[in-house]
Amino acid sequence: MKYIDEYRDAEIVRKLSSELHHTVSRNWTIMEICGGQTHSIMRYRIEEFLPAGINLVHGPGCPVCVTPLEIIDKAIYLAKELNVILVSFGDMLRVPGTESDLLGVKAAGADVRMVYSPLDALKIAEDNPGREVVFLAIGFETTAPANALSVKEARRRQVKNYSILNSHVLVPPAMQAILSAPDSRIEAFLAAGHVCTIMGYEEYIPLAQEYSVPIVITGFEPVDILQGILEAVRQLEAGKAEVVNAYGRVVRKEGNKHARDLLGEVFKVSDQNWRGIGVIPKSGLVLADNYREFDASERFDLSGVNTRESNICIAGQILQGHAKPGDCPAFGTGCTPEHPLGAPMVSSEGSCSAYYRFSRKTGY
Amino acid sequence: MAFGLSCPIPLNEYPVITLAHGSGGTLSHKLLRELFMPVFDNEFLRQEHDGASFPVKGGSMAITTDSFVVRPIFFPGGNIGDLAVNGTVNDLVCCGAKPMYLSAGFILEEGLKTEELWQVAVSMKQAADAAGVQIVTGDTKVVDRGSGDKIFINTTGVGMIREGLSIKPGNCMPGDKIIITGRIAEHGIAVLSARAGLAFETSLKSDTASLNGLMEKVFNHTTNIHVLRDPTRGGIATTLNEISQASGTGMIVNEENIPVSAEVQGACEILGLDPLYIANEGKMLLIVPEADSSVVLEALKDHPQGREAAIIGVVTADYPGILRMRTTIGSTRIVDMIAGEQLPRIC
Repeated sequence: MKYIDEYRDAEIVRKLSSELHHTVSRNWTIMEICGGQTHSIMRYRIEEFLPAGINLVHGPGCPVCVTPLEIIDKAIYLAKELNVILVSFGDMLRVPGTESDLLGVKAAGADVRMVYSPLDALKIAEDNPGREVVFLAIGFETTAPANALSVKEARRRQVKNYSILNSHVLVPPAMQAILSAPDSRIEAFLAAGHVCTIMGYEEYIPLAQEYSVPIVITGFEPVDILQGILEAVRQLEAGKAEVVNAYGRVVRKEGNKHARDLLGEVFKVSDQNWRGIGVIPKSGLVLADNYREFDASERFDLSGVNTRESNICIAGQILQGHAKPGDCPAFGTGCTPEHPLGAPMVSSEGSCSAYYRFSRKTGY
Repeated sequence: MAFGLSCPIPLNEYPVITLAHGSGGTLSHKLLRELFMPVFDNEFLRQEHDGASFPVKGGSMAITTDSFVVRPIFFPGGNIGDLAVNGTVNDLVCCGAKPMYLSAGFILEEGLKTEELWQVAVSMKQAADAAGVQIVTGDTKVVDRGSGDKIFINTTGVGMIREGLSIKPGNCMPGDKIIITGRIAEHGIAVLSARAGLAFETSLKSDTASLNGLMEKVFNHTTNIHVLRDPTRGGIATTLNEISQASGTGMIVNEENIPVSAEVQGACEILGLDPLYIANEGKMLLIVPEADSSVVLEALKDHPQGREAAIIGVVTADYPGILRMRTTIGSTRIVDMIAGEQLPRIC
């Protein structure tokens, strides 16, 4: 299949691997931001092709993993106690809340539905005018435009029973937070290709300059990832720190103007709590004042929600690149995909799930 | 006799059944191994096969049962009726049996259009004729509107096991070749494309078909077949994991050799699904000794249903219970059994 096969080509992978081996002269620590990249790395066992000196550290780019526990508890509360139709992407259904998960409350009788698109959630609201429908709107810059569109459409179509439970996060402020941590060991970033498809990559230029880190916009196929790593290593070896687009077939410098305009209309930037990491200034999106009527947190009384974090799961350490899944005492024993203690074991973009699925038993 | 009344699955872990218990993945197995098997335990269940075989005068017979809850009931390439016949016929084939007689149990929801039921019944008759079986007994129940979803069908089938055949997961031996009879994941993607709420169109059809004709062709060349399984729910990844675990062998498949159509691949890329985990309803996985593998492959390719058959991997002594895959780029990874529910109610 075109645009797939050539990026999963064994011969090209071998060539890139050999070039990497020739380029590397010392140890380098590189963080891939996006959970999709982490999964690709594990799925294709990219580490088999890397020189020993290259240490890949997995970043916080798993939207499910960084969604605060409180949001999941609120979703559960809405479905279970307030009898709304709670609509969500599939990945969120099995993330453990304080007491239960959405799949559990669904099995116990709550009306929880899974969709692939927020516009389908809006359709559910139109089809059920007597019920309140809440869409669990989480994600990075990639999912935010579609979520914004559902709100804008709800207003245009005058759908009064639709609202969103909102938890949107932004990548560049999180990268800045990671770089400015005193114990940061990240020397280069593979930036999340699909986030840049929406947002472009101009915001990375000051980051690369201020912290002297190469930032390479990188795709998701094995060849993409090896190209991204090679570009990062070439810069590191040459003492450069530039923003380079290695995902040119998809990403343009200015991003997607329509999507950015939509985000600017429906949302505004605010401080945001990242699960396991904490509050990062100006790292989230909330509904703009003009659209606040669609905010489920304001529409419903959620004061009955009671959130307590588990003290076993080390997701926060993993999301910040301080630990790998195998460092967790519960990995593969107390915590498995069918009985997850934390979000990274559930999500299709979570590091723990990637390690468990593709190289179980080791976690490294 | 004292009867253990305590539930073997800790109730605090799963106080209620979730959709994932029906996925055919790890939770389904947990239910089977920890709840049903201990309760019903006997020598036939312990075969852990698609059906049970038992001795009768003059040979052995196989019995199998399957329930069908697919939504929607009509999908590109078939409907719940032919699916219900083909599924049970294929499970009998997996036991090495010549399918003979089927029962059909219908659970209908109040309000179902009689016209739709008629169409389903006609499809069942056509599928039965194509497979050379008869539907000889049945039952109908109707539940209140909202207590079911249009039609649920259970079919049970019996057949005589062909002489000389001994097919069970435990036969799987290191060195055996793993063969798939054609392109994977077509049923699951076809059903998905027909679902309301997914504005996603392909010209793909379900592969639902009875495979006794195809397998007869193979048996005429050799009866030296170790394992036969139709990779339905959970796809080939789940089925191979099951065989690997039941036989205590390892397996390694070659991603490049697994036949997947460009359309299925494309749909999976867009939806973030893995074709290895998607249901098939007209494909068979065969595990055969290396010496017989080329004869089997030729016999398959000589039949219209087996044109795309391919050897996709080999059984190993190392890594017992684990399925590995050599990826297209030459690395090796684990292919796990699915944990959650990729697509509920696919069959």
